[in-house]
Order: sequence, then C-alpha cells, then structure tokens
Amino acid sequence: MTNGTNVLRVVVVGNGMVGYKFCEKLIAKAKDITLDITVFGEEPRPAYDRVHLSEYFAGKTADDLTMAPLDWYFDNGIKLHLSDPITNIDREAKTVSSHHGLIVSYDYLVLATGSAAFVPPIPGVEKDGVFVYRTIEDLGMMQAHAKKARKGAVIGGGLLGLEAAKALLDLGLEETHVIEFAPRLMPRQIDQAGSDILKAKLESLGLQIHLNKNTQEIAGDGIITAMNFADGSKLEVDMLVISAGIKPRDEVARLSGLEVGSRGGIVVNDKLQTSDPHIFAIGECALHDHMIYGLVAPGYEMADIVATNLCNGAKEFKAYDMSTKLKLIGVDVASFGNAFISEPDCQTIVYENKSKGIYKRINISNDNQLLLGGILVGDAEQYNMLLQTVNNKLVLPKDPENLILGARGGEEDSGAGVMGLPDDALICSCEAVTKGQICHEVAENEVHSVDGLKKCTKAGTGCGGCVPMVKDLMLGTMKEQGIYVRNIICEHFDYTRQELFDLVKINEIKSYEGVLDKFGKGDGCEVCKPAVASILASLWNDMILAKGNDIAQDSNDRFLANIQKGGTYSVVPRIPGGEITPEKLIVIGTVAKKYNLYTKITGGQRIDLFGAHLNDLPVIWEELIAAGFESGHAYGKALRTVKSCVGSTWCRFGLHDSVTFAVEVENRYKGIRAPHKFKGGVSGCVRECAEAQAKDFGIIATEKGWNLYVCGNGGAKPQHAQLIAIDISKEDCVKYLDRFLMFYIKTAEPLTRTATWLNKMDGGIAYLKDVVVNDSLGIAEELETEMAGLINNYKCEWKEAIENESIRKRFSHFVNAPEVKDPSVAFTPLRDQKRALEWVK
Amino acid sequence: MLFGGREIMTVETATETWVMACSVTQIPENGGGCVLINDEQIAIFNFTRRGEWYATQNLCPHRQQMVLARGMIGSAGDEPKVACPFHKKTFSLESGQCLSGDAYEIKTYPVKIEDGMVFVSI
Ligand SMILES: Cc1cc2nc3c(=O)[nH]c(=O)nc-3n(C[C@H](O)[C@H](O)[C@H](O)COP(=O)(O)OP(=O)(O)OC[C@H]3O[C@@H](n4cnc5c(N)ncnc54)[C@H](O)[C@@H]3O)c2cc1C
Ligand code: SF4
Ligand code: SF4
Ligand code: FES
Repeated sequence: MTNGTNVLRVVVVGNGMVGYKFCEKLIAKAKDITLDITVFGEEPRPAYDRVHLSEYFAGKTADDLTMAPLDWYFDNGIKLHLSDPITNIDREAKTVSSHHGLIVSYDYLVLATGSAAFVPPIPGVEKDGVFVYRTIEDLGMMQAHAKKARKGAVIGGGLLGLEAAKALLDLGLEETHVIEFAPRLMPRQIDQAGSDILKAKLESLGLQIHLNKNTQEIAGDGIITAMNFADGSKLEVDMLVISAGIKPRDEVARLSGLEVGSRGGIVVNDKLQTSDPHIFAIGECALHDHMIYGLVAPGYEMADIVATNLCNGAKEFKAYDMSTKLKLIGVDVASFGNAFISEPDCQTIVYENKSKGIYKRINISNDNQLLLGGILVGDAEQYNMLLQTVNNKLVLPKDPENLILGARGGEEDSGAGVMGLPDDALICSCEAVTKGQICHEVAENEVHSVDGLKKCTKAGTGCGGCVPMVKDLMLGTMKEQGIYVRNIICEHFDYTRQELFDLVKINEIKSYEGVLDKFGKGDGCEVCKPAVASILASLWNDMILAKGNDIAQDSNDRFLANIQKGGTYSVVPRIPGGEITPEKLIVIGTVAKKYNLYTKITGGQRIDLFGAHLNDLPVIWEELIAAGFESGHAYGKALRTVKSCVGSTWCRFGLHDSVTFAVEVENRYKGIRAPHKFKGGVSGCVRECAEAQAKDFGIIATEKGWNLYVCGNGGAKPQHAQLIAIDISKEDCVKYLDRFLMFYIKTAEPLTRTATWLNKMDGGIAYLKDVVVNDSLGIAEELETEMAGLINNYKCEWKEAIENESIRKRFSHFVNAPEVKDPSVAFTPLRDQKRALEWVK
Repeated sequence: MLFGGREIMTVETATETWVMACSVTQIPENGGGCVLINDEQIAIFNFTRRGEWYATQNLCPHRQQMVLARGMIGSAGDEPKVACPFHKKTFSLESGQCLSGDAYEIKTYPVKIEDGMVFVSI
C-alpha cells in the first residue's frame, strides 16, 4: 500500500491506547518502509492505560499508567503533538489542521479518537460535583471533590459504572450508590441470576445498589445535593459520576463528510477503511458492521490490521469475540462465547452458591459435544480454560459439569489443561499471542519468568487477563523439559512455604524434628531449618529456644543476638518508637562501659551495642532487663522498630500524636516472627520525618485521621510503600495492619520482604488492598484472630532465657570451659571506641 | 594437663591419641558445641538424627572465623554437613570438603563415645 515515493507519511489522530498501539505495531512491521509518523493527541499527556485507570486511586501514578515514555516517540522518530486536537480534515489536499494551526499532509490518515462518556440529558448534569470517568484529568477532579464529599452515586451499573463505583469506594466516601435503569447489573455481560449474586456480593462489600431506577433530575443550587427519581424517591448525594455508556468521538469525521452511523461511530469496512480509502478508523470510534467495540482487545486487533495492511500485508477485521473477565471490587465476573443462548437452542448447566456468592453457567450444544459460552460470577478461575474450549472447539469431557465444579475426588491437574491446547490457540487476545509463541520462548530461549515473557512476546501487557494462563503455560513447558519449577523449600521438603505453613498448622506440629519426620526427608539443612523455625514461631509464638527448636534457629536466633565480624555479638534492646528516658539511657551507657561495647545509634532509632562475647550475653541482658528493657529482636525475622517523628506533642506541624501511635504499634507486634524482618514508621504529618513510606508499613497523620501505606522498603532496592487506606481511625488502622501482617506471614516465601512479596503478587496492590480492606477473600476475621493469638503469646525471649538455667548454659564459647571467652576475638581502636578486627579477604 | 582448672584426660592407644572432650549432655541434640583441647578449638556435633557424632576444626576457612560449632547441621543428599553462620558456606562433616563450590577444606577428627563421655582423636 505504499505510494510510490520513498517515505510513507502517516498521521494518527488520537493518542489513546489504540492510537499508541497502532504506532508501535506500524514501526515493528515497517522493515523496509521509511515512515514519517505524526501523532496528534488532545490530552496533555502521552497515551496511558485507561483500562487500569482505577488503580490510580490505589496508589498508581500517572507515570505508572503511561504506555510509553516521551523518549519512546522521540527515539522512533514520531512527531507527537499533545494538547493539540485535530479540528479539520481537508480530504482533497490530504491534510489535517490542528487547533493550534498546524497543517500536516498525509498519505494515510488513521482516526483513533476513541469515545467520550455518554451523558444522558438529565436536567442538572452541568452542576458541580457531577463527573464523568474517562481520563486522568477526570480522576484529578473527582479526587479533589471527594475530599469534601460524603455520599457518592454512580449512574450506570455496567462495567464502567461499577469501575467508577470502585473508584468512589477507594476515594473513601462513606456511602457509594449505584443507580441502574435496567433490572440487572452488567446487562451486556451477565444474566439475571448472575446479577442477583453479583449484587448481593457487592452490597456486602459496601455498595448500595438500586436497580430499575430512572434518574429524573439532579437537584442542588449550583452544586449537587440530591437525585430525584421517576418513581418519586430521592437520594441525597454530594457527588455523582455518570457512566451510562460511551459516545464515539466522530465529530471531526462527520465534519469532513465521512460516513458515520445514525447513532454515532465512523463507518469502516473489513479493512477498517472509512468511506475515504485513505482514511482509516480504529478503536472505540470505529463502527464495524453496526458495532462499536468498547474494549481494548478488539481495538488492538484493529491497530494490528491497519498496520499490517499499510506494510503491504493483507488482513481483515472479523466480528470480534467480546468475552471478558474482570475483577470488580474484588469480585470476579466473566462472560464468554455465547453467554445468553438458552434452552431449547442448547443445554444449560448452572451452579449457584448464594452463601459464597458464586454463580456459574455454561451453555452446551445439544449434542453434548461443544461448549458454546457461559457466565461466571464470584469465581472465574476457570475462565481462560473455558474460553479456550469455546474458541478452539475442543470436544467436551464426558461430565461437562466438571468444567465448572472441578473434578471432584480425582487427581487435580490444573496445569495439564492449558498444555492440551493446540499451538495456535490464542492466549493473549490483546496482543494476539498464541500458545505456540509462548511455549517457544520458554523452551528455545529459556525465558522462565512471566515478566520475561511479557517483554519478549508482549503477552499479558494489555488487559492482563491472560497472565495466569501465560504462567501456567510457562510452568507446563518447563515441567515438560524436566525443569523443576515449584518454589519448594529445599531438597528436604517438597512443599512451598505456604503449603508447609498450612500443613504444620492443621497438624498442630510444634517442633522442627516433628515437621521433618512428618513432611520431610533426610536430615534437614541451613535452608529448611530456619524456614520451619519461622513457621513454628509464626504459628505458635512459643519460646523460640524451646528444646529441640533451638538448633533449628539460625545463629542469630539461636543466641538471641546478631553475630558480627570476629564472632562477637551485638545487643539491641527495644526502644519502642525511639522514645527513651534519661534513666534508661544511663543504664545503656553503664552496661556498654562495663562490658566494653561499641555503641551506635541505628537507623531505626535505637542503640546497638557491639562486640559482646557470647559468654557475656546473659549477664548483659540481666542488667538491661532489670532496668526495664526487653529484647529488640534485632536478630530475628521479626518486627524491628516502628520509627516515629515527634508529632503533635512537640512539633508545630504535627496533626496527631505519632509517637504514642508508634509506641503502641511497636508493642503490639514485637516478637512476632515473619518470613523476613519488617519495619514500621509513623509520621505526624505529610512532611514525613519518620520516612514511613520507606517501611513495610507506614502510617501518616492526616487532618481526618491516618493514611496507611504498605510494602515499602529501604535497603538494596528502595521502593515506596503504597497507600491502601485514607483518613482512617487508629482502630481501623490497627485492624488493617493485623490483617496485612498476618496475610504476609502466612503467604510469603521464606526470606521475602513485604515489597518483594507484593511485587510477585498476582493483581498487585489492588488485590492486596481488596484482601486487607475489603476482605475480598472473606478471611479478615481469621487473620485478626490469628494475630490476636500471637500477640497474647508474647514474652520477652531474653527474660525467659536468663531465667532458664539450661538455656543460659548454652551461652558459652567452650562447652568444656564455660568461663573462658573465645581467645581468637580481637578488636582494634576506632576514634574513641573500637571495632572488630578486619577479617581475611 | 590442666586447663581452666579442669583436667583433660588423654588415653593413648597404639595408633591414636584419644582426648576426652566433654560429656555427651554438653552438646545439644542435632547441634554443635566447641571444646578447647591443647589450645585448639574443636567443634563437636551431636547428629542425633543420624545417630552419629562428628568433630571438625572450629575455624571457618572462608573469613577465618571461629564459629563452625554454632552452625546449623544437616544433609546434602546423604552427606552430613555443617553451614557456617556467617556466609552459609557448607562443609562435609565426613570429608571436610566445602560443599558450596569453593576449594576450602576443614580438618575432621574421629570421635567416639564411652561411658557418656565424648572422645576426640587428634
Ligand atoms: C474506567 C475505565 C475502565 C475500563 N476497563 C476496561 C476493561 O477492563 N477492559 C477493556 O477491554 N476495556 C476497558 N475500558 C475501555 C478501554 O479503555 C477502551 O476500549 C480503550 O481505551 C479504547 O482505546 P481508544 O484508543 O480507541 O480510545 P481512547 O483510549 O479513548 O483514546 C482516544 C484518544 O483520542 C483523543 N482524541 C479524540 N479526538 C481527538 C482529536 N480530534 N484530535 C486529537 N485527539 C483526539 C482523546 O482525547 C483520547 O486521548 C475501560 C475504560 C474506562 C474509562
Ligand atoms: S512529620 Fe510532620 S509532625 Fe512529624 S516531625 Fe515532621 S513536620 Fe513534625
Ligand atoms: S548495609 Fe551491609 S554493611 Fe551495613 S549493616 Fe547492612 S549488611 Fe551490614
Ligand atoms: S566466614 Fe564462614 S562462610 Fe564466611
């Protein structure tokens, strides 16, 4: 399709998801064609991921959502004009002109102008506090308004409406209402029974849902105060989001005489050409066969087709599969294939569990051979497999109900399903990646991580829905090649940490040897011993040096101190929140002097005493404990410190008493064992002097309460903690912390900090937040109870150790000469103190 | 010979010198302890799980630290081993070979138990 000259001039109108994808594909395909691409975008920023817009409220920034940075356009020679919409097309001259007056010629013009929110003509829609939800700017305005709003509503109970409702929940509104005109939610995707279950489930998560409601007026004097309905009822709200459908942006096309549909949309043929063969339309503005596709995957497919055709390929757009799977406020909803076909045209199998909020329906051909489509609410785990079964016309098993119920009683073979698919099965529909391509990368190019596969195949980078399947394929392929893939603990335990955690818990095993006898083999090692010891400690919080378990502890835990160069130990008494009396400071000084210890203030606002002989540890602690100190657990995979700033007690900016909160939280979680160490911080205002966002959990005072951040990290790979709750009370904050920490303790791999744990988590921060704040897994109560058990079981380990003669005896370097200290220990002077002798290198 | 007021008994046989190191109760089950014999630090391991006793030098050859007795013991395949608490290098309790891929080697000593006492041959 080139024009004879050397350079192909392409102008793209709209820099949204599809417009961007088109540029990316065109550049990739144009191997021997020289391109001159100009892009005009109306929005002030380069294309971003609109599908994940709601994550903005859950802590993502505009940068996180960006599809490609500005450099990318520059590096690929694309002239990008932002904040400059196209206002006119001169089809004769083949030029476009922009709002700022630029005139650019094209050989081919691609319209990717997307759509706008459809706003029904309800009186009062222009009032303050009424929003649409489509762009980052919309989000910014909603966020600003939500600060002074208490009750919010959304008009529209479809996919986008429920996304908007989630955004209102995330913004922390006290009440969120969903108003739907139809008798059911998501009328395009699910049936009445599915909607009933979804409604009940969403209501239990805090939404108030009103069906069959026709909004007649938006009341208020300049700013919204209430909504009046056709049935005479009224709802007081101070914020409203309208999400009643989309309206294709066809105004420029219309103006230049291109054919548009009667209800909007730029008419295109199978090549996605408009009525002018030099102009294409793709994405949400294109009307193909009377259909507007309001999802990103078909838009990407359109981008691919036009890019291919411009590079002399030949591809046509066919009616697109509108199967979708979404997580709405933590509830899975999926519909695939022909979801609504019903008897007598097919046989329908339905599974419904009202108490768990699960509804599943599959439609099967009358000859029992093929799966035609279905609906899943509450649990969509089988979605990918079911969709593949429909799309690849796989012959159904004898008992098709097993597809939604899972094989009962038999061997489970979750991974085997995907491996049985044909090589050309489309796994990622957003990026058109097949099973064959993924397996090839895994097998031939040894790509063994989902992230790696995302990079080289782009699978899973669109809506992300196929990621679990990509992972299964990766694991399946690796298994076929004999590569061991489960994250098992070590050669002695064929379990992951989480599996072992559950087994130990259910079987109530309390010693390392007991666990090894029952679930392990061989004699254990330095990997599984501390891992199991940590599980035991997290489960029962018994004295960690209880007989038999002491030897399973790493040296630091075994001697309740941190081993340092030269074989001496450091001693760290707990100083909760960094608050300490002069009397206690003097005791630390006296002890340090007496036992000749080097002292240093740590990063966690406490004092570390270095250079203690093993033999001296019990006497040192005896003196510290007598003065009221407790173990600081600096040696354990446990809570270190909760750092605080001085807050409202002294600081002129302080909003609340951050020290008191830090002391309370540190005392609450002290001694609790976890997969790795964890730290906290509490700041008295946004100035953040306690650096709480660099901690595993961070609490920052706000005007109305506290903001809670989780999964931050200093250390080698710094990472900011992410916001999961806004303006909450102290009680709620502690409640969420209980759940968060216990969930981490139960599910993280050994030696995984919270940040890494989060980075590996499917669904990321949005999922974690759903679990912790919205209780999407229904385990909040269990987590809180388990945490309470651990807290109640707390005892200072050092107090127990010095009071127990047989434990105390272990603190000698020579068993045959307990009073002799290790003669190999040596120090050298350093400033006014000393340091460990450098070791050989 | 006297050390720290304690007498160390040596028993000479035809080929080896057995030195009484400590009593079996002084070394924790499935763990280790260090004894001082003739100014030498020796790590003794009570591998209850395997029903075996082992003795090695206490010095970790990696950074020359006197700590092996404080390491965790276990097995790699069938090979009994100890892991240094500092950088987790592991050493065979039988051959003394470093099992984590370095060229280090530690000394190992024969051990025997008689009348509840641990004897090491040095
Ligand atoms: C909150 C939300 C959640 C969603 N969730 C999902 C989901 O879970 N799954 C899914 O598949 N889809 C989802 N979608 C839909 C998906 O985002 C769209 O299908 C997709 O963004 C369409 O891409 P597009 O490029 O066609 O349009 P857009 O992304 O809207 O981009 C069009 C761009 O063109 C610009 N433009 C318009 N006119 C002009 C002009 N004259 N000159 C220059 N620029 C112009 C617009 O400002 C815009 O930036 C969601 C949408 C929203 C809003
Ligand atoms: S974070 Fe705020 S309250 Fe705390 S010390 Fe800094 S300025 Fe003061
Ligand atoms: S940063 Fe490195 S050197 Fe410093 S205390 Fe931590 S581990 Fe030791
Ligand atoms: S000192 Fe023993 S492993 Fe480094």
